[in-house]
Amino acid sequence: MFERVKHMLIKEFIQVFRDVRMKGVIFVAPIIQLLVFGYAVTTDVRNIPTAILDRDNSVLSRELLARFVESGYFEVFAYLDNDNQVKEVIDRGEAQAVLCINRGFADDLYAGRSAEAQLIVDGSDSNTAGIVLQYSSRIVREYSGQILLRGWARSKGAAQLPGQVEMQTRAWFNENLESRHFYVPGVIASIVTLITLMLTSMAIVREKEIGTMEQIIVTPITPFEFILGKTVPFALIGFADVILVTVVGVFWFAVPIRGSLLLLFFATALYLMTTLGIGLLISTISRTQQQAMMTTFFFFMPAILLSGLMFPIANMPNPVQWITYLNPMRYFLVIIRGIFLKGVGTRILWPQMATLAGMGLFTIWLSSRRFRKTLA
Amino acid sequence: MKLKRLLAIARKEFIHVLRDPRSLAMAIAIPLLQLVLFGYALTLDVDHVPLVVWDQSESWASRKFISEFSGSRYFSLRGYMSHYQEIERAVDSGQALVALIIPRNFAMLIESGRSAPVQLIIDGSDSNTATLALGYADALAQTYSEGISAEKTQRMGGRPIPPRIDLRPRAWFNPEMQSKNFIIPGLIAVIMNVIAALLTSLTVAREWENGTMEQLISTPVKGPELIFGKLLPYFAIGMADVSVAVLMGKYLFGVPLRGNAALVFVMAAIFLTGVLSVGMLLSVVTRSQLLSSQGAMIVTYLPALLLSGLMFSITNMPKALQVISYLFPARYLVKLLRSIYLKGLGLEFLIPEALLLTVFGIAVITLANVKFKKKLV
Repeated sequence: MFERVKHMLIKEFIQVFRDVRMKGVIFVAPIIQLLVFGYAVTTDVRNIPTAILDRDNSVLSRELLARFVESGYFEVFAYLDNDNQVKEVIDRGEAQAVLCINRGFADDLYAGRSAEAQLIVDGSDSNTAGIVLQYSSRIVREYSGQILLRGWARSKGAAQLPGQVEMQTRAWFNENLESRHFYVPGVIASIVTLITLMLTSMAIVREKEIGTMEQIIVTPITPFEFILGKTVPFALIGFADVILVTVVGVFWFAVPIRGSLLLLFFATALYLMTTLGIGLLISTISRTQQQAMMTTFFFFMPAILLSGLMFPIANMPNPVQWITYLNPMRYFLVIIRGIFLKGVGTRILWPQMATLAGMGLFTIWLSSRRFRKTLA
Repeated sequence: MKLKRLLAIARKEFIHVLRDPRSLAMAIAIPLLQLVLFGYALTLDVDHVPLVVWDQSESWASRKFISEFSGSRYFSLRGYMSHYQEIERAVDSGQALVALIIPRNFAMLIESGRSAPVQLIIDGSDSNTATLALGYADALAQTYSEGISAEKTQRMGGRPIPPRIDLRPRAWFNPEMQSKNFIIPGLIAVIMNVIAALLTSLTVAREWENGTMEQLISTPVKGPELIFGKLLPYFAIGMADVSVAVLMGKYLFGVPLRGNAALVFVMAAIFLTGVLSVGMLLSVVTRSQLLSSQGAMIVTYLPALLLSGLMFSITNMPKALQVISYLFPARYLVKLLRSIYLKGLGLEFLIPEALLLTVFGIAVITLANVKFKKKLV
């Protein structure tokens, strides 16, 4: 039996690597994906292109503007003179935010009245706009608090200042809140999923489509050996990709890996059972490579979007959250991020690992059952 | 190039498509599913962040401070802790994202007018959620402090309203800042990009793999006739996807279309021609279905999702990546669709993007034609 499986493995490897370009797909594409993810996916908002319309032009208004510039979030590129220009820079997309200060700003503050400042943001990118609003209200609040204290100190003396809560923040696992540390481990999951699903589902269907399946059926190979021969090579390729992406992530992007590498590989093995099982399952219900590919994508796309890779699951509506429990990638991501960032082990991650093992065994069992029927 | 032969190829390809109803159904269902997911389920907004509190002070002041958090929709209080280890455990297992530690002398410090340090521990692994949650926590602490000062002023008989600056924010084009208004128009571009390239990436490669290309070579059909003929049915599917997406955006999600609807379709058609040709080019060059579909996935799905500005704004990326993003046409269409949908801009504002889109389409379709050799090698 091992002899036959060995030959089958050799055949599969020859077939996969016969085409030099396939090596590119397997080994170069994941690195490109990782680089793009590492550099492109940043939800940190900085250098917001900002224009200023300062009608007051007083010491206080300039002080407030200086706070915006000093914060490092806003990049002031223009000082405007009238409302038409405000409309123009926002329409053209040149400015993401315009800060308008009306005449009388300083007078109001000196007189102890509330002064008004207007912030116009381009809401068409609602995510960035939300963050811009948050930054600006924090700056204004701090400045306004200082003005309040100045007035207070003048009238009542510094000893009578009101109590303040001072937030001392510490971010665990990712001290500087870098998006990269969050996304790079996630990319491992997405790459492994795509490569193993595609290779398994299409490789078997190809044999059917071009007729070589019949040749395999007449050989003494058993269905079990055939399944082994069709999954083990892709599992190995999946592992190679995990190692590749981990190495690049750790050494190029300096993503910390705080937990055990061994545990990472073990969890990958559990996860690969599921993806290979699903790949096999797709191959049993597809006749052509087109069908196999479309079906794979039909599974892959929601699996990625509902995994928590980019969108936090906790923000989804409840029925959708229940659906995500069926998504094996969800568990794998928790494990990967747990190992990379939190450095936790089986004590915390065993529920996820047990679920993956269960899902893996179930899909393998289901697909091999269906597979016998299609071979017969 | 003869129209008759071109149409014959188109008809043959149509029959191929119809013969495989499952793939066709999926070509329609995948965009629908993606729209529904993005419209209803996927958002980067954050609320109800799970919070645990270790209240060492257990005073009236600390309870009032905690109620600022538990009463806001941004945090949901999951429990009280009494040890550091408990907090560690809750954050490690993901049960809580944020932990507040209020010191024993909190009430005393606040009463005596000094600043009271409150420790906030946050699970930073999801940096986006963490940043937003930090902002909320800051704002709530500020509100609390302001409340304390106002009370104190009143007690001392001072003026109740202190001078302060009132920031009046206004978000243009999307006043309620709903992420669906921002995502759905751009999503149309991404959906088309993927579906179109995936569909065409197989079509020529399949003929080579199955050996039917030899039969086609022996017919008088010319290269361009074959290419354009094969593009036609997929163009129809793609435009059907666009129509469905536009209708769903309008009636299901209520995304306002302020500009010209015809302009949306014209731009989509130009874009579609380009990305269909990308798939075609891959198919022609690789002659292998596995390879070209993998290639299509890599050059369309990822860049369209990440480098188009759909979710992650391009201005935040490193310069080199910003330059690279110009190579992927999804970037132009996302910008075009958003401007037409949300800003209601006309073509006169959008000439550079429209022009680049057209150039891209023409370049790729020409390349596909040039690369296609009607020869047995």
